[in-house]
Amino acid sequence: MIPRTWRARRPWRARAAGATRSAVPHSRLSLVDLLAEALSGLIQRPGRSTLTLLGTVLGVGAFVAVLGLTSTAAGQIGHSFSLLQDTTVNVADVGPPPAAEADTNRGPMDFPADADARVGRLNGALAAGVYWPAPFQQPRVSASADPSGAAAGQGLSVYAMSPGALQAVQATVSAGVLYNDFHQQRDLRVAVLGAAAAQRLGITRLDAQPAVFVNGTGFTVIGIISDTQRLPQSLLGVLVPSSTAQHLWGNPLQGDAFKARMVIATRTGAADLIAHQAAMALRPDDPSLLSAAAPPDPASLRDAVAGDLTGLFLLLAAICLVIGAVGIANTTLVAVLERTGEIGLRRSLGARPRHIAAQFLTESTVLGTLGGLIGTALGVATVVLVAVGRDWTAVLQPWTVVPAPFAGSVVGLLAGLYPSLRAAWVEPAEALRR
Amino acid sequence: MTPAQAPHEPLQGPEVPVPPAPVIRMRGVTRTFPSPPPVTALRSCELTVLPGEYVAVVGPSGSGKSTFLNLLGLLDRPSSGTYELDGIDTGTLAESRRTALRGQRIGFVFQSFHLLPHRTAAENVALAQLYNRTPRGGRRAAARDVLQRVGLGHRLDALPTRMSGGERQRVAIARALVNEPSLLLCDEPTGNLDSVTADRVMTLFEELHATGLTLLVITHDRDVAARAGRTVTIRDGVLRPGVAAPSGGRA
Repeated sequence: MIPRTWRARRPWRARAAGATRSAVPHSRLSLVDLLAEALSGLIQRPGRSTLTLLGTVLGVGAFVAVLGLTSTAAGQIGHSFSLLQDTTVNVADVGPPPAAEADTNRGPMDFPADADARVGRLNGALAAGVYWPAPFQQPRVSASADPSGAAAGQGLSVYAMSPGALQAVQATVSAGVLYNDFHQQRDLRVAVLGAAAAQRLGITRLDAQPAVFVNGTGFTVIGIISDTQRLPQSLLGVLVPSSTAQHLWGNPLQGDAFKARMVIATRTGAADLIAHQAAMALRPDDPSLLSAAAPPDPASLRDAVAGDLTGLFLLLAAICLVIGAVGIANTTLVAVLERTGEIGLRRSLGARPRHIAAQFLTESTVLGTLGGLIGTALGVATVVLVAVGRDWTAVLQPWTVVPAPFAGSVVGLLAGLYPSLRAAWVEPAEALRR
Repeated sequence: MTPAQAPHEPLQGPEVPVPPAPVIRMRGVTRTFPSPPPVTALRSCELTVLPGEYVAVVGPSGSGKSTFLNLLGLLDRPSSGTYELDGIDTGTLAESRRTALRGQRIGFVFQSFHLLPHRTAAENVALAQLYNRTPRGGRRAAARDVLQRVGLGHRLDALPTRMSGGERQRVAIARALVNEPSLLLCDEPTGNLDSVTADRVMTLFEELHATGLTLLVITHDRDVAARAGRTVTIRDGVLRPGVAAPSGGRA
């Protein structure tokens, strides 16, 4: 009855002839379409989408900024520390077991007389010298021979310090000169004052050849140092040549506070090497008498910096992220309620509940990802700006920056779960009645 | 007489549908809502709509029209009875198949248009092709063709907010047509339109009907119903052929 041409003109009729289940293929929503629908849903309400982003932007941005600033600051501090630490070696006189020297409270002098020269010959050593506190419990230091005037010198220390040690601490001379091997070899009674000690003693000028008296022994002050790179305690002390001190007062006292030590300034990076060689160079007969301390590991220092405050800030960032998630969840839920009619329409056009859920879930995930990306960008910018402003080197760990946008995605995904389920549960018949 | 393939399907027995197979075949469809006390919204409905028919279903509000529409549109399942769409027994289908069937074989036209306000006319039409495997590339052309068919070829990129009610409804009709459905299911299509635009939409329906499209219009408007080829009345959940005697005069 029905001519073929009629069917051909109306393809919807032709389909009915093969009315089997396979004639009704499942509805499908391609990934491209899904993304396009989600994006257009977001772009339709740019203002609302932007506001919704804020929480995630702040959260992710705070995360990146806090971690970036912490690593930058830690890198900076570690850098300035390591510049000195990498070039300093301390050698301590650990001596034989104390029982061996029962007769006296004076320890043996385990550093050889030519200690400075022995270490100075090592490749990478710039200067080295022995020092120890003068062997008195309470040295009386005064600017005049009259012991009654010693009050001004209260609290000052007296250090026996070889000329090499003066070089090794990299003292800055503000007046006069440092003593040298000439004074050392002749046991001359000369002294160099730390700036603080000089101020206490009232010695500011050297042209009158002032003197200081240590326990009644006079020393001619030939120099004043205003700063040192190492052993800052020497600024509060009277420094005398070590040979003079040994000649006058004998060997250093026993005990950690009075032991002789050696300070070595090395080239950058040579500290470890020198630390390994120093004891052998000084006492090839018994290196175990001396112990050279390698500089501390800079990494542990950085870890110490990245401590307490960072935890607090990260907690704040996490709270921001939670607020961001709540914001996205709220907006998406409102959108679901607002767009009930649209949901009903899509269902009438053949969308399955999973397509509806996927659409809203994608919207919230895209929103979260976008927030994560913007937040990461702002966080990185903050770190860089702060670093530039302070003349620091910005340090950003890839493991904090790269996953940051994905943190936003996860926030968006989690936030969208409930609203998209709600959307999937919408009854199309009800929704279309609106 | 019978199509060539009929002898190869001996399982179908004596009830082999004579071509053309009816678009809608409802047998004893009843819909009861299980609320206490149970409400029977629709009782033993019998309806057959052949391809190319133009049927109007009239009835006052509360008569069961909405329930009937939901059943026809596969948005709801009957409590008992069978509903075949295009010869496919929809009662045995899984929900996902019913959803697909709905998207592919039924074009919905709503009283409130249900257009997405931020999308152009062409984009609104193309939305209907989102879920039925139409390649992205061909959608715009198909939307343009069908918009031209409803006389809106010049407003492809207009937003619904800038359109008149009549234009919006024609966009909605174009969206319903773009998948070339077996059935155009219209729910109060002129309910939101003034009489002049309503008349234009009705004229469009007649033109579409003339090209062989099957239409089923659910309305309470007797003027709309009068222009259909056949009218079915629904009252108190019971479906009867013809126009019932006017009662009360409330539209």
